[in-house]
Formats: sequence, structure tokens, C-alpha cells
Amino acid sequence: MSLVLHQFRYDQKAFWRNPASVFFTVAFPVILLLIFATVFGDQTVAVHGAKIETTTYYVPAIITLSVISATMQSLAMSLVIAREDGRLKRGRGTPMPAWVFIAGRIGNSIVVALLMLVLIAALGRIAYGVPVPWERLPEIVAVLVIGAAAFCCLGIALTAAIPSQDAAAPIVNALLLPLYFLSGVFIPDDQLPAGVIHFADAFPVRHFFEAFFNAYVPASGGGTGLEWGNLAAVAAWGVAGLVIAARYFSWTPRRG
Amino acid sequence: MSEIPKPVISVRGLCKRYGDVEAVRGVDFDVRAGEIFAFLGPNGAGKTTTVEILEGYRDRSAGEVRVLGEDPQHSGRRWRERIGIVLQSCRLDPYLTVRESLALYAGYYSAPRPIEETIELVGLEGKADARARSLSGGQQRRLDVGMALIGDPELLFLDEPTTGFDPSARRHAWETIAGLRELGKTVFLTTHYMDEAQRLADRVTIISAGEVVARGTPEDLGDREHRPAKITYREDGREVELETIDPVKTLNELTGRALAEGRELEGLEVSRPSLEDVYLELTGA
Repeated sequence: MSLVLHQFRYDQKAFWRNPASVFFTVAFPVILLLIFATVFGDQTVAVHGAKIETTTYYVPAIITLSVISATMQSLAMSLVIAREDGRLKRGRGTPMPAWVFIAGRIGNSIVVALLMLVLIAALGRIAYGVPVPWERLPEIVAVLVIGAAAFCCLGIALTAAIPSQDAAAPIVNALLLPLYFLSGVFIPDDQLPAGVIHFADAFPVRHFFEAFFNAYVPASGGGTGLEWGNLAAVAAWGVAGLVIAARYFSWTPRRG
Repeated sequence: MSEIPKPVISVRGLCKRYGDVEAVRGVDFDVRAGEIFAFLGPNGAGKTTTVEILEGYRDRSAGEVRVLGEDPQHSGRRWRERIGIVLQSCRLDPYLTVRESLALYAGYYSAPRPIEETIELVGLEGKADARARSLSGGQQRRLDVGMALIGDPELLFLDEPTTGFDPSARRHAWETIAGLRELGKTVFLTTHYMDEAQRLADRVTIISAGEVVARGTPEDLGDREHRPAKITYREDGREVELETIDPVKTLNELTGRALAEGRELEGLEVSRPSLEDVYLELTGA
């Protein structure tokens, strides 16, 4: 276990020193929140029959995006880069057990995801007066950690489908960007046709967004607390990712 | 009666097939404790396949392999504590410094070498706090060697450690590798540079198309002493070239005749086949 902490410490150093990972994982969600709040700030969104401020909608939406970005996106990209650089193979040549390496990376992603929760929630509260639902903190953290773990598994599984470093960003974005739009993360879901939501329900982003939204937004604003159905769907995707990762994850470069 | 020490690596009848392709075809060799052993051959000869079987990355198709007394195919953490690996191509974490990269790897081993001492050993004292991305190719490779040494292994694998280096980076890398001998490490080195094997190795095994074609010390490799010598000189403006297995006798006749006839033998030279000649002949290049 101390070895996991050791690995985690250096993963953290490398993460925070990498301008690409800091920009896309930390700065980009902040910029998105500022843009959405500026453009749609004075409107309202209908959720579960109640009207809420657009900013109240976008704070949990952008936290959802941040969590997926810190886990699935960041892991898939950094693992493919490390794999093609030969660093994963090199690590396998040491006495360090494989699970320690993976655990360190997952820990790194979950910590960054929790940090983004704090950052976006604080920004929402300070800049737009979106209340922080302190009374639901345990539920919020539970949903976030389950989602983060599931999307970590999906990110590790996805590396099996990414053949090279150059292909990593296009493949990850081609999968996630449409799902953010279709799942109501970018466009409030009262403006999306029912068919679109129905389609998005087949994928984990929508389920995680719903679960997180309903934990984050107070009941008076349309939230319903813990949503076991959506959480179970997210967890099932995570387990599927884990199975694929265990079967197809590669430590050696694909090139040559 | 002194006991013959067990070889650090012992390979018998090693074969590796990829589909229909036989990359390694019945290779035998032993590596002794404390020596630098060069596995020399052209690209595609089966060097990396062989070294990756010894490192436990690949399974063999047939043959017997023992590395530090164990079968690499079924070895565990304790065995990995005792070996160090430098891969043919590996980019290190660009955002960690030299010291951090070594500290990260030191954490993987139960009894690592001191970090500062290892930095000195690979000649990166001035670069200890530089991030890997700012190092030159040669410096990165020396850091890579440092990371392979940090667990204080008995046996070190170096797969083409200087490929693509400029002459000064190669010289630096050679000094580092030669220094490992003083530490008592056993080094298994693959290379396609003949001068590298000649400069560093105690013993060389040459592999070509998956088979061993020669083995010996760099001095007696390919039986150079017993190959015909070449005598060249100019006579009436023409180049004359003779091959002889008895150069003393041939030279005596040649110079005797020239003296008797009062002629010069312009540009007279006697040469043995160089190791490079032998290598190129053996590997069919």
C-alpha cells in the first residue's frame, strides 16, 4: 500500500507539470463554465417540472464533465502515451506489481476529480451564487467516486482501441464530445428531443450526469437525491470496462 | 579442486517462431558472472527477440533458458529484484527530473542503491534537477541506465544502448558501461556496432539470421590470426595484391627479389583482416 502512495506521489508531480493535462483537465472545464454562464446566465431550465437557474444547471453539468475528463480522458491519453513511449513495458521489468501502477494512476485521477468538484462548486457559489448542497455532501462524494472509478475503468479499457499516441486525442474526443451534447451536459436537456435523451441513455455519460445532478441540486430545485438506477448503470459500465481492460490492456508498444 | 561457477545466463537450443517465421533458430551460449557479454548482429538477426526472452517479456518456442538460476518465463518479483533492464527504445517520463525518476524507481526495490551515488555513476551530476525532457538523447539513455541500476542488480541487460548516438555521446555511454565492470555487474549487451562490442566486451557472440555464426573474445573472434594476410604494394605504377597464409615467408621472398633486382616496393603494406571484415563476412552483409 505504501508503494501505491509512492507511485501516486510521482503521478501527481508528472500530472501537474504537464501543461496539456492541466489545461484540458483543470482549466478547460472552468472556461466552459464561464462561457455557458455568460451566454445563458439569465435564463432558466425546466428540470423535473421545476424551474432552475441555468447556472444551477451548469455547475453539476461541468463537474460531470470534469470528472470524466480527469478519469476516462486523462487516463486513456496518458496511458497510451506511456505505453507507446515504452514506459509501461519498462515498469513491468521492475519488481513493482502491475496493480500498484494501475492503482496509483486511478488514485491520481480520483483525487483530481475531487479537486475539480471543489473548484467548480466554489466557482459556482462565488461567481454565480449557486448554492453548495452541504447537507448532501456524502451523497455527492459517493456518486462522484463511483462515477470516477467507473470512468477510470472505461479509460483503461479504451486504450486497447487506441493504436498510437497521435490517435489518442481524436478517438477520446470523438467518443465523448457527442455524448456531452446528447446527454445534456452542454445543452440543457429540456431543449433536447426525447429521442436524443433516449439514445444517450444507452451510454454511461447520461447516467452519470443524471445521478450527479440529482445529488447536487437541492430537492426544491428538481433534484431527487441518490438515484440507484443511474448509479447502477454507471457501475455496470465500469465493470464492463474492467473486464475489457483485464483482457485487452497492453503493456507493450503497438509500434514495431 | 576449485568449483566452476555457475553461469549467470545459460541458453541451450533456444528457438522462437512467429507464425511461419523462425526468428531464433537453436541458439546456445553462456554468460559468466562479472563479464560484459556482447550479442552482436545486424538488424533483424534475432538479438532483441533473444534478449526479451531472457528478460521474461517473451515466451520461447523451444529450448532451455536459465537466468540467475531461474526460468524467466516463470519468475517473480524476487528475480526481478536481481536484474536491471534498459530497453532498446524507451522515452522516460518527460516531466520528472533525473533525481525524481531515480527515486521513483528506487521505491520499487527492497534494497536500492543510493540515488546521489547512482547519479554520479552515470555522469549526470550537473543534471540532477533537470527534467528528462530537457536532456539530450545520450543523457536520457544514461538516466535510463541509472534507472536500471537503481535496484543494485547483479545482471544488467542493455539492448542497443548507443543506437543513433553521435560519437561523443557514444563515448560517454561506453565509459558508463565499462564502469559497470568495476561494480562487479554482469552485463548482457546487444549491439549491431562491431566497434562497440570490440571496445566493451570480454566475449562476443555473433548472431545472423537467428543462428550463432561465431563466438570468442574480441581478439580471437573469427580466428583472425589464422586467416590469410593481405600484402599490397605498387610495381611499375600497378597495384599488386597478394593473399598469403604465411606472410613471413612470402615477404622474405618478395623483398629478397626486390633487393636482388635493386627495385623499390612502393607502398608496401601487410594487413590482417580487421574484426569488421570478419563480421561482415560472417553476417553476409
